[in-house]
Formats: sequence, structure tokens, C-alpha cells
Amino acid sequence: MNDLILSLHRLIDMGMTMAEELGTPEIILAAVFYVFAGISVLGALGVVLGRNIVHSALCLTASFIGIGCLYIFLSADFLGAVQFLVYGGAVAILIVMAIMLTRREDMAHSNPSRSIPHQLAALVVAGMFLLAMAAVALMSPFQTAPADIGDTVTGIADLMLTKYVLPFEIVAVLLLIAMIGAIILAKGVDES
Amino acid sequence: MISFVEMMHLALHVGLPHFLLLSAVLFAIGLFGLFTKKGIIAVLMCIELMLNAVNINFIAFNHYMPATDLSGQLMALFSIAVAAAEVAIGLALAFRIYHDHHTVNVDDLNHLKG
Repeated sequence: MNDLILSLHRLIDMGMTMAEELGTPEIILAAVFYVFAGISVLGALGVVLGRNIVHSALCLTASFIGIGCLYIFLSADFLGAVQFLVYGGAVAILIVMAIMLTRREDMAHSNPSRSIPHQLAALVVAGMFLLAMAAVALMSPFQTAPADIGDTVTGIADLMLTKYVLPFEIVAVLLLIAMIGAIILAKGVDES
Repeated sequence: MISFVEMMHLALHVGLPHFLLLSAVLFAIGLFGLFTKKGIIAVLMCIELMLNAVNINFIAFNHYMPATDLSGQLMALFSIAVAAAEVAIGLALAFRIYHDHHTVNVDDLNHLKG
């Protein structure tokens, strides 16, 4: 018992010295990052492991909102707002509407998974992908130098209407085509 | 081998690798769901997760690399627009498939199989 308390004390002392070395803002930044990263990862796990598809949709929305908070953490405040509006709002509502329109049996088992061998194979594939990506992310010698880029809304607007004006127009046309296509697909063409 | 204190030090100093790892984890979870889910809407949800993971990479690189403008954020914005178009078409297709075949199970939708 005494050993346990002693080791706990040692752990707390170690944490305090580390906090002094890092400075308090660093600790707060780390805490904010881990909270929102945890929300996104737990939400994603809820999507994959949930048995009820409405719960999965709710977890997906939580994951989107956690990711939007991380965008704001990365000083991309405009992208954060877009994430909340488009993913947290529009896409989430669209998915729930689609769930409502394509269901007739009970919701409790509405999100079935494949058999256990399938799941094991998928786990191996996803795990190998994760290992490869983690190795690349941790071993690449990236030159990091966070630059203060300034107001993101002005910067994005300037780029969008000068350097990237052609992709911007193409995306506008794409969204129009997608909207008309979705209406025609869902409603059907009037044959008469 | 690095010590525990050094590891905690690295873990608490949030930087580019943290975001790359988070993005890899989200992408892997989406990939797992893509292979294991049976419902067409659940598959679409997993694709959305993977697209979001990629957007995190764009924005993290734009923030942490010595960038001169906001091209990375703009690419993420284009990616969000394309993803919105994709989810609208995908869900309209899911609705249509349910309307015509009375199922959203991807295993039953094998009419093109020879």
C-alpha cells in the first residue's frame, strides 16, 4: 500500500516537473487536442460498432463536430464553421432522412455487420494500413514552422477568386449537377 | 528505446504527427467499416469518415508546414463541396435502390454479377 502511494507521489512529481518545463499553455493545448481527438475517434468507433443505425448517425455527427473543433484548433476558423454547417448540419440531416425513408423493420438491428471472419480480415487490412500510415507520419522529416497566415476568410476568398477560380467554377457546376441529379434519382422522371 | 518521460513529453507537445496519426486512425476506422458494414447507408457514412480524415491532413499540413498562403484550406473546402455532392447523390441512389428492390443490403444488390 505504501509503495503504491509512494509511486503515485513520484508520478505526480514527474508530471509537475514536466508541466513546469512545458509551461501551462502547452498543457492546455494538449488537453484540448486530446479531448476533441477523443470525441472524433470515439464517434467514429460508434459508427462502425453500433447496432442501431440511428445511433451510428448520431455518433457520426459527434465525430464531425469534434473534427470541426480541431479545425478551429488549427486556426482554420472558417473551415471549422463550414464543417459545422455542412457536415454537422446538412449531411447529418440528409443521412437521418435517408435512414427514415429506407426502413420498415425495427431499428434495434438496423446496422448489421458481416460475419466474424470477414471482420477479422477487415481488421487486419485496416490495421496494416494504420501501421503503414503511422510509420510514414512518424518517420518523415517534416520541416514544421507554423506561420501566422492571418485572417483565413480574406485569404481563402482572395485565393478562390484569383489562383483557383477555375476549380471554384467547376465545383459550382458540380454542385448544381449533383442537386439536379439527386432530385431526378429520388423523384423519378415523369414519363408522359 | 526512448524513456517514458520522453514519450509523455512528445505526446504532450501537440504537433503535426499528432494530427497525421489522428487522421490515419480515423481513415483506418472508416476503412474497417467500409469492409464490414452491410447497409448501403452505413457504407456511405464510413466513406464520409474517410473523407474527413483526409481533410484533417490538408488543414494540419497548411498550419504546420512553412506555407505562404491558404491553398491547403482551400483544397479542404473543395473536398467538402465534392463530398457534399457525393453524399447527396449517394443517398438519392440508396433511396432509389430501396424503392426498386426493397432492400439496402449491399450483398443482395448483385444483379450485374455474371
